[in-house]
Amino acid sequence: MVEIKPNIVLKTIDLKIGYQNKSGTILIGEQIDLEFYEGELIGLVGANGIGKSTLLRTLTKVQPKLDGKIVINETNLEDFDLNALAMALSVVLTESIASKNLSAYEVIALGRQPYTNWFGNLNSEDLEKIDEAISRTQIDGFINKKCFELSDGQLQKVMIARALAQDTDLIILDEPTTHLDMYHKAQILTLLRTLSKETGKTILFSSHEIDLAIQLCDKMIIMTKEQSLLDTPEGHIAQGHFSRLFPKDLIVFDPETKAFRVNK
Amino acid sequence: MINLSKNTGPFIILAILLVFCLIANLSLGSVSVPLKFVFRSLFGGTIENESWQYIIQDYRLPKAITAIIVGSGLGISGLLMQTLFRNPLAGPFVLGISSGASLGVALVIMGATFFGATFAALLVSKWSLIIASSLGSFIVLLVVITVSSKVRDTMAILIIGLMFASITAALVSVLSYFASAEQLQQYIFWGFGSLGNLSWSEVLILFLIYIFGLFLSIVSIKALNTLLLGENYAKSLGLNLKQSRMIIIIATSLLAGTITAFAGPIAFIGLAIPHIARQIFSTSNHKILLPAIFLIGAMVMLICDSIAQIPMSDYTLPINAITSLFGAPIVIWLLVRKRKMIF
Repeated sequence: MVEIKPNIVLKTIDLKIGYQNKSGTILIGEQIDLEFYEGELIGLVGANGIGKSTLLRTLTKVQPKLDGKIVINETNLEDFDLNALAMALSVVLTESIASKNLSAYEVIALGRQPYTNWFGNLNSEDLEKIDEAISRTQIDGFINKKCFELSDGQLQKVMIARALAQDTDLIILDEPTTHLDMYHKAQILTLLRTLSKETGKTILFSSHEIDLAIQLCDKMIIMTKEQSLLDTPEGHIAQGHFSRLFPKDLIVFDPETKAFRVNK
Repeated sequence: MINLSKNTGPFIILAILLVFCLIANLSLGSVSVPLKFVFRSLFGGTIENESWQYIIQDYRLPKAITAIIVGSGLGISGLLMQTLFRNPLAGPFVLGISSGASLGVALVIMGATFFGATFAALLVSKWSLIIASSLGSFIVLLVVITVSSKVRDTMAILIIGLMFASITAALVSVLSYFASAEQLQQYIFWGFGSLGNLSWSEVLILFLIYIFGLFLSIVSIKALNTLLLGENYAKSLGLNLKQSRMIIIIATSLLAGTITAFAGPIAFIGLAIPHIARQIFSTSNHKILLPAIFLIGAMVMLICDSIAQIPMSDYTLPINAITSLFGAPIVIWLLVRKRKMIF
């Protein structure tokens, strides 16, 4: 799907994130200005504890922002009611699902909950969306298996299929590649890229796989203490942003190979 | 997706078994009534033997209906708890809900000493028992849910439930110390559990509250299925967590609280029945589990009651003892065979 002028799916203006507790405000990040377009795959990278999860939690309305604006599909995030937000934004979380006794199909079907009636009955459109999600993620082979029978990689694909079935313009994944081996990490991220191109959905994921993200993402957010920068991977390399990610005593970014190497 | 053809078979078999258990339950007891007369009495015919007619219509039939309500109601409340707390060991007993009900009842029966004699006469009626018991279970559930929202660890929630049981037991023993022998006996008999002490009008009250609890459970089916993914996923799917949780808690405390008030604390049914249903139907889908638990819970309770009556003898065993003897081995068997309990 090629469009001359792609739509902005998510926009943040001067966003300030952090926590508010009794002793005051803990600021995690500020001056976060992001703009995601239709069909983009965006990787969020940053050191451990820098606030990637806080940013994702704020964008998905799990925790309140401190200041600034978050706009999804031209509507302010705080103006969404729960169900409307569930139709605009789907998530894949780091936590595993509560009941592994569900079959892969049942998990994916639950992605249709925002659209079903009070009893949760699936109509023909729901079934269509579920089948589409299954074929796009290529998980036909184990669709009737219970989740406790699936490998981590298979389970992650099921969770992505579930988010697809939810049929939202924006999908946000929190570290979808943890616990996976190198091959399956590449497989999941490649799948995300294919999905964003084929469906026109905007996909944002956080990850520690910087090498893979540079190769696959349209844009990347580099999160450091001072700022969160959004640019294409090439743009980031040209401006030397990657070398700001970590202290330079151990690893350095090599613009030639587009990867980090150990400082020997 | 509900595979209807796959589940129709087990459902029909269970329904037939339930009818069989019901008839057997009506026929067996200290006086064995021939099946022919059981049917005749049920369908409005008159039996020559008046005492048989009385036994069936005014004792065994209300008792059987109570058994069906108790078994299915406790099973369903156990299912709601297991899904809400994401814990296969949850149940009205384990979470301290029955303890809450017990404390309420103990206060009503034995607390009279503290409240004064005139007030006491007002207090000890069936209605006050029901209200006290439901209120007790509701309060305990509210506390457990508040604590569980602070403590993420599900193991901790179970331990908190056990602690509530200890606190309740302590309070009850203090009350017992000051209670008269008569009050003590009344409470102990309530604690044995009993299905047979209910008049038709009391069965009707139990039935109405049960239907309301059942209605709330059915309304919650979609929320319960969503909760199988975990609370955060459920929220991301548009579920109003606070509201759904509240409805589920009210449904549970109505079901478990009222049943405990009328029939006494009945152990293991709430914990074991949902697991049996999951084993038979191999699913966690509440659309299937709810009717399955209704049938299995009702059936198991009728069987337990028939055993408790000890056919052809004048003795009646405490129903609570029978359900424990039946339920505890099932839980052990599930743990040993499946190694892991699922929900």
